[in-house]
Amino acid sequence: MIKGKIVRVSGPLVVAEGMLGCKMYDVVNVSEKRLMGEIIELKEDLASIQVYEDTEGIGPGEPVYGTGAPLSVELGPGLIESIFDGTQRPLNIIREMSGDYITRGISIPGLDRKKKWRFKPTRKKGDKVISGDILGTVRETTLVTIKIMVPPDISGTIVEIKEGDFTVDERIVVIKDGNEKKEIELLQVWPVRIPRPFKKKLSPMETLVTGQRVLDTFFPVGKGGTACVPGPFGSGKTIIQHQLAKWADAEIIVYIGCGERGNEMTDVLLEFPELKDPKSGEPLMKRTVLIANTSNMPVAAREASVYTGITIAEYFRDMGISVALMADSTSRWAEAMREISGRLEEMPGEEGYPAYLGARIASFYERAGRVICLGSDEREGMLSVIGAVSPPGGDLSDPVVQSTLRVVKVFWSLEDKLAAMRHFPAISWLNSYSLYSDSLENYFRENVETDFVENVRTAMTLLQNEAELQEIVRLVGVDALSENDQLILEVSRAIREDFLHQNAFHDVDTYTSLKKQYLLLKIILYFYERTNEALGEGTPISAIKTMRVKNRIARAKYIPEQEIAKIEEIIKDIDEELTSISRKEIKTEA
Amino acid sequence: MYKDYLTITNISGPLLIVDKVNDIKFGELVEIFLPDGDKRKGQVLEVNRSTALIQVLEGTSGIDIDKSKVRFLGREIELGVSMDMLGRVFDGMGSPIDAGPSIIPEEILDISGAPINPTARNYPNEFIQTGISTIDGLNPLVRGQKLPLFSGSGLPHNKLAAQITRQAKVLGKEEEFAVVFGAMGITFEEAHFFIDDFKRTGAIERAVLFLNLADDPAIARIATPRVVFTAAEYLAFKKDMHVLVILTDMTNYCEALREVAAARKEIPGRRGYPGYLYTDLSTIYERAGRIKGKKGSITLIPILSMPEDDKTHPIPDLTGYITEGQIILSRALHRKKISPPVDVLPSLSRLKDKGIGEGKTREDHADLLNQLYAAYAKGKDAQELAVILGEASLSEMDKIHFDFADSFEKNYVSQGEYENRSIEETLDIGWKLLSVFPKEEMKRVRDEYIEKYFNEFKKETDASEEVK
Repeated sequence: MIKGKIVRVSGPLVVAEGMLGCKMYDVVNVSEKRLMGEIIELKEDLASIQVYEDTEGIGPGEPVYGTGAPLSVELGPGLIESIFDGTQRPLNIIREMSGDYITRGISIPGLDRKKKWRFKPTRKKGDKVISGDILGTVRETTLVTIKIMVPPDISGTIVEIKEGDFTVDERIVVIKDGNEKKEIELLQVWPVRIPRPFKKKLSPMETLVTGQRVLDTFFPVGKGGTACVPGPFGSGKTIIQHQLAKWADAEIIVYIGCGERGNEMTDVLLEFPELKDPKSGEPLMKRTVLIANTSNMPVAAREASVYTGITIAEYFRDMGISVALMADSTSRWAEAMREISGRLEEMPGEEGYPAYLGARIASFYERAGRVICLGSDEREGMLSVIGAVSPPGGDLSDPVVQSTLRVVKVFWSLEDKLAAMRHFPAISWLNSYSLYSDSLENYFRENVETDFVENVRTAMTLLQNEAELQEIVRLVGVDALSENDQLILEVSRAIREDFLHQNAFHDVDTYTSLKKQYLLLKIILYFYERTNEALGEGTPISAIKTMRVKNRIARAKYIPEQEIAKIEEIIKDIDEELTSISRKEIKTEA
Repeated sequence: MYKDYLTITNISGPLLIVDKVNDIKFGELVEIFLPDGDKRKGQVLEVNRSTALIQVLEGTSGIDIDKSKVRFLGREIELGVSMDMLGRVFDGMGSPIDAGPSIIPEEILDISGAPINPTARNYPNEFIQTGISTIDGLNPLVRGQKLPLFSGSGLPHNKLAAQITRQAKVLGKEEEFAVVFGAMGITFEEAHFFIDDFKRTGAIERAVLFLNLADDPAIARIATPRVVFTAAEYLAFKKDMHVLVILTDMTNYCEALREVAAARKEIPGRRGYPGYLYTDLSTIYERAGRIKGKKGSITLIPILSMPEDDKTHPIPDLTGYITEGQIILSRALHRKKISPPVDVLPSLSRLKDKGIGEGKTREDHADLLNQLYAAYAKGKDAQELAVILGEASLSEMDKIHFDFADSFEKNYVSQGEYENRSIEETLDIGWKLLSVFPKEEMKRVRDEYIEKYFNEFKKETDASEEVK
């Protein structure tokens, strides 16, 4: 083992000499306190180390021990329902060991070594397997049964396979490859900075249903796609991320709280076990993995946290299921890179961020995707990544936002002004975009309704018209508009207030199925179609503006999922009221 | 046995470089002995082989290269704490300045603290009634929350902070509370405003004050908020008290940090502030909260003056990303003599949803809050429109909104400095103001509450109009 000596300490950066033989990104233990660190620069026998723990009280002369291994995570049963810090130390175990505050130098494995899991083999002795093949299953929670796979780089013939209860590090399978015998455990170890391998990447073809109307209907993200949510503070980034973590129809959710508030993680920890999955009725926590490296926890571990998270997500993807990862916020990750880069005295790029910022962000998002997994069964796995970005002052010219927009396909733009009006989710319908809209058209036609896509287009056109008309209204007032244009304002207001606005804290409104989203939009557009006709037949706009049915349309979103047939009844109401209005008109004319 | 080093090689701004040192630790506390017998405190910022970079907390004036001695104490900056601190006044580093005896510490604590384990946190959900409508009704404060006041020079943020301190209470509970007050770079007059107010109301008995005034060494301010939280953590989590921490003015703290960063020739981030400002602020703010199994709590109200009232300035911006909301004061309202001039629309309390509702405030609170916000926002839009087009061009509904915004500011936002409104009063004022609207406008309110509250107040208003 390599043993070096500290020569310099500057915040989270430690430089040690006598480190010849260490490799880039090797993990080291700093001082007798055994603080965990990672080598990020090598110069002759000097190694620059980013330390994942507070370096106060560390000084030159103290030893540094190389471990010879890169920063890795443990993958296997026991990940779900856990909460880890940025380097996969379980925070609940840390609490048992060191109390309410996180102290230094605690080294514990990511997965529980004592707990026994029931392994059910699906292969038998003598089977030929290749890397990625499924050997058996472990039922981890009532919601998730995980698959135990042959690790990458191993293939051969099974010479031994056991059924029963095992801890994660017990041998369950022996594979003979030529003359070599390889032992397989429930646990796999994988270095976080290297993407896990797969056979082939494909384009997303299915939509990730989130139950959030503005997202699903107008700016959908595909399963295996990437999206970003930039916005100033107070615009609701975290609530959107929480809503996605709660309702997105993925089998596993990995939620990374990267440099954000401690209370937000507590909120997730307390709330998720209470919330029920809409499909199975089981607590949502039973499909969730949490990574929490809050803002006041060491900055270098924050840098590692997104890699730890995405490697765990890739592991589940490799089982051939749909996984969604939320990172809140990638700006804090970028800031951690900036801080370390500054201490290394690297030449800065924009705003002091390192020149490799764009490349790091791109390679992070590129780890998302719909893939054919390793293994002979050609199963498909999907990993969707949704990153929040917190630009300073909400300024979208921020380098982190710009680098992110270059790689992600969906942009959900949060606006301060909407948030101030308490229009939540404060996603701007004019600035946001989804590049999946076209490729997902067939999905919507086949799985929701044939005219879904057309309706969305009509609604979007109305909203765009509204924005132009608002400009005119600001100059000359509403009365100067033609009746048709006034109707457009009236209808687009309904789209905004009755469809786009969604209350995350309302029991019913918090989640809307695609079918219900379709119906809600349909009744608004039907209202437009019919009133537009009525307008042509001479019904005055004032009569339309005071129609009682508008109130029913506004409240339709509060109709529970089980009773959505009631929404269609509103169509009848629209017809009836319009008939009665036109009768009145005829009477008054007469 | 300490070694004294005579090897200062470089003094620049708040920084010292000491050479040929041995066995020095990062973050270590140092004492500098001046030739005239004066003693200063400092902290190791960086060690590189045998060279140490020291930030002098109490100013470098009078330090020379030749004769000044540096002593490394082998420990970090610490604070001795005990219950005797209550009612006392200290300087920004924790030494008493009120002529009283020095504190006999029950415990000596490192001021930098440690991060609270997220699994140990308890979610803040106990509503604190401040008696101020714009806070209680629209941006409710809960125990363990960090809610800053974003203000500007010349705005009455101190009055508002003092009013909160005076009136804050948790409904139906009488528990031990304490105020820990940290002043950073504010004037003597401002500090005395608080001290006088605490004395008048008797709160001084339960207060611990740390004062680093405008004429005190600027770099010492870097330690002040950490000293404040060390005292607060002791009172809250060891002595089961509910602690309200007030820090003013965070802008001065950040400027001190910038001064050190500039002296170190670090690559600056926005507006010259160091790139790690976010991380640094979070290690202060995040010390507030509640912990499972502990009776006490720390609620934090930092005050910061926004340069040029600019919310996107790095200090308010980064603060807003860490704290759980913000109360913003508005110059326009202040000019209209609306007091407290809380700018309702951009203000926010992120923890409101867990702190309000049935059993905490009242069942209709959340819906009412959303409706008031929406109506006021529309009213403000209508007022803007009226400026361009004249009031005559507004539609009927816009006119109602126009008037609503005015009466909302006069009757809801504005209240006396000593007016302590109960939460019921605040909510009822809200309904009363909303009753000028037709029922169809109550889009954010559940049907059952429209029945129960809106219709009730509507009847009253209609009746009184008929009388007229």
